[in-house]
Formats: sequence, C-alpha cells, structure tokens
Amino acid sequence: MKRPVAVVGVGQTHHSARRADVSIAGLVREAVDRALLDAGLTHEDIDAVVIGKAPDQLEGVMQPEQFLAGALGAHMKPLLRVHTAGSVGASTAITAVTHVASGLYERVLTIAFEKQSEGNAMWALSPSLPFTPPLVAGAGGFFAPYCRAYIAKSDAPAHIGPMTVVNARENAMRNEYAHLRETVTLEEVTESIMLWEPIRYLETCPSSDGAVAMIIASEEQAKKGPRRPAWVKSGYSYAEAMWVPGRDQVSPRAGRDCVKHVYDTAGITDPWNQIDTAEIYVPFSWFEAMWLENLGFCAEGDGWKVIDRGDQRFGRHLPINPSGGVLCTNPIGASGMLRLGEVALQVMGRAGEHQVDGCKTALGHAYGGGAQYFAIWIVSSEL
Amino acid sequence: MSQPPDEPVKYIESKIHLPYDYVAGDYRALYMRALADKKILGSRCSVTGKVFVPPLMSSPESFAPADELVELSDRGIVTTFCVVNIPVIGREVELPYVAASVALDGADISIFAMVQECKAEDARMGMRVEAVWKPDGERTGDHTDISYFRPTGEPDAPRESYINRL
Repeated sequence: MKRPVAVVGVGQTHHSARRADVSIAGLVREAVDRALLDAGLTHEDIDAVVIGKAPDQLEGVMQPEQFLAGALGAHMKPLLRVHTAGSVGASTAITAVTHVASGLYERVLTIAFEKQSEGNAMWALSPSLPFTPPLVAGAGGFFAPYCRAYIAKSDAPAHIGPMTVVNARENAMRNEYAHLRETVTLEEVTESIMLWEPIRYLETCPSSDGAVAMIIASEEQAKKGPRRPAWVKSGYSYAEAMWVPGRDQVSPRAGRDCVKHVYDTAGITDPWNQIDTAEIYVPFSWFEAMWLENLGFCAEGDGWKVIDRGDQRFGRHLPINPSGGVLCTNPIGASGMLRLGEVALQVMGRAGEHQVDGCKTALGHAYGGGAQYFAIWIVSSEL
Repeated sequence: MSQPPDEPVKYIESKIHLPYDYVAGDYRALYMRALADKKILGSRCSVTGKVFVPPLMSSPESFAPADELVELSDRGIVTTFCVVNIPVIGREVELPYVAASVALDGADISIFAMVQECKAEDARMGMRVEAVWKPDGERTGDHTDISYFRPTGEPDAPRESYINRL
C-alpha cells in the first residue's frame, strides 16, 4: 500500500429475520451512526462513502445507494457502489482502503447492508433464465454439489458439517449482535430436514436484516482518534470465470491466489501460527473445512481434520468465526464486511464476550458468485 | 368490510412483474436451434482444443477464439449433484429432484441438468446418463427440448474421470 491505513470505527446493527422497526434507510443509518460514534467522528469528517450490497433483486430496489445518499451522509460527497455478489461486503471495505491508501481521501465511510425481509432471496438466487433449465434452487442448490465434491475428494466423515454448525451456534451465544442465538446439538442438526442433499436445514445460514459500517482513515488521522485502531496490513479482491475447463470449484484458484498475495504483502509465512483468529465466509456448514484449506491454514484434504480435532473452536489454537459467522447471521451484502469488521474489533481488543485473548493479527474473508469472487484482508494491532 | 388493523402497518406484500426480452446471441441461437434437431452443439478453442458447451465464442482460459462448432454426444457422466427438497416460487418441478453437473462425452465443461428415472438415493457421482428428448414434432429449439437426463445403465465412470472435473 502507498501509505498506512487503519480502521478507526466499527458499527453494526442488531441482526434479525425482520427488522420491522426500521426502513432500509433507517437500518443503514443505525450502522453508520454507531461507526461514527465509535470513531469519535461526525459526518463532516468524512470525505467519501463506499457502499456495497448484494444484487438489487434481493429487495427489488434498483440502485438503492442513490436514495440512501441522505441517510449515509453522502450529500455532495463521492459515493461509490461496489458489486461482487456475496463477497461484496469485503471488497467494498477493501475499496475504501484503496481510497485512503491512494492519498486521495483522509477518512472514508464504508457500509454494507441487506434487508432480506423486504424481498425473497431464495427467488432472487434461483435464476429462471430463458436458455437454461431452471434447476438451481437458491444458493444452497448451487453450492450443495460443491460440498458433495469436497466430501468425496477429501473422504470427510459425515459429522463434520453438523459439527461445524454446533460450534458456530456456541460462538454466536457470545455475540450480542448475532441473529441466531440458540445452541443446537449434533443430533438436532443431523435430524433436521435435508434441503439440498448433502446440506440440511440447520447447516444453512439464516436470512437476516442487518448492516455494518466502518470508518477507514489515514495514519495521521488514525493516530488522532480516541482508541487504538486496527491497522490494515493488506487487502485484495480476486475473481475468476465460473465456467473454465478444469476449474477447481472446491478450492478455487482465485481464492488461493488472493490469499497468497495478502500473505506475501502482510509478511505472513505460516498462517496457522501467525494468525490469531479468522472470520471466514461460511454460509453452508461444509465451507468451513473447504476454506481452511483454500486459505492455506492446513494442507489440502485436512480442513475437516482441523474441525474434527476442534482446533478452530473458541479458546483453541486458531478460533474461526468467534462471532458465530455467516451460519448464525446472514444479511448477505453485509456478511462479508461483518467478517472484516469483526476481525478489526478483535485486534482492537474490543470484540466483547467473543474477544480472542491476545489477538494481534487477524484475517477476514468473503467469497461470492459461483465461488469465484474473493476478498481478504489482514489487520493488526501494530502499525 | 374488514376492520382497520389493531397494529400500525409496517409491511405490505406487493408482487411485481418485470418482463424482459433476452437476446440469445449468435452461438447460443445456433445451439438452441440445433436442439430442435436433437443435436447438442459445442465450440472448440482454437488454441487448446478444449470444447465448451453451450458454445462460447472465446475461451475463458486461453482467451483465444473458439470458432469451430462441434456436435457433442447426448451422453455423459454425473460429476456432482444435489437432491433438491425445497420449492422455489414460480417453479413447477416435482420434489425431490436430482440437480446434477453433467459432463457430456467430449466436452470440457459441464452443464446443469435434471436426472430422472432414478431414485434420488440411487444418484451418484460417476453415473452414466443420457438425454431424454421431447418427441419429434414437439421440439421448438429451447432448453426444454431435453426433458431430462436418465441413467444409461452402463458401468459408472472411474473416480479419476470426475473427481477433479465438476
């Protein structure tokens, strides 16, 4: 990066299936106000706004960033919308980092949201286009065959997916903002109905309303703030085409290349031991094992073994998704930024009940589209 | 007459209808017209020789033109699949159904297809399948010209033929 950049404020809404108490504008404003309050700043201090959300058909509102400009405090300021499907929250924050690193802006507000209750995501993500058979039933219908391929390739035992959910739900009990705050047992997961075999109902993320915002600032501005910032050591977005001969859909190259670039530029040579916690995008149970491998935390085929040993649980070697993650809270467009915001809070030492002890370096990750868009950052307590 | 609601109205459900006209494009139009003649067209990359179905005008891998159209077999293997048990608004597919990635013989990318005449619990990776076409005179040059795929009864393809090819 051309110059150091930090997160100086993080704010998120409480997430639930239906936030009937607020409009979309009210929802984003709630997150923006909390982020500004956290940073000790006001709208006047903000130079530009970068916003992300999942595709417009999720709420049926075209280009909502335009009518939200007022609620975002973006009047007469540069306002940019980022589009990278499910990874959008993370690539939006990374775009805001670029805005500041370039030297063009000192303090940028970045925000991501989804109000799933105002639309029907299952319909929106089940394309019925005229030239292909309409067979994909929601995101689960698209990704379940990838999970089956992972299980077949790695010979993972059937309990790993359900085990991942039990752990995520336990983690969410420590996160006051999480949507699903109810523990489940292994039996409850394995006995829940099969939606897209091999993915069961309880192995699926919820539909949430929610938003998250961050203030990204230059070194000079970050040092003026009231609290210890989270320094952004590196952040990149990568993409690949969906239908390429020989594409590895289980461990996509765009993800591997993206994280390698991030590790190389952040000085990480041994991610398993140098990273203290990670928030990774796990909308369906099996993706936790899959991304552990894709992110280089373990060898290919060993992701499920990490989960089987429990090394990724809270209080263990490398806590994954201490917030409960996407399996417990999924305002789609915001889910990626929640991953990045959560790890910023971890290195600031302000993650609350789910704070990982002594956390200095943390990784935030999101993916989207047909597992083809990736956005990853590493934040640190040290400049 | 209905009474006014006791609680303030916070949500109303309102359905919208958004008609779109799609343009198939040159290659896709040829592909669809060929379906009416029980033919599946693909395109071959001029550099790598790999075959794309439905046909692409250039390779997403080599970026070279894929200007040779080739006719593919209507048989292939299931590389991976899921069993769908959840309905989608506006769809009239009977549940459960097997939604599969099918690699047609001679093709280097898979198509998404429904597998029938097979119990969901009998579906498996590596299973050989074939297209079941609509009868002559009923095909219109549309994806529905292939009603579904069904098992051929041939021995399954070996694991190495599909495990890295979804």
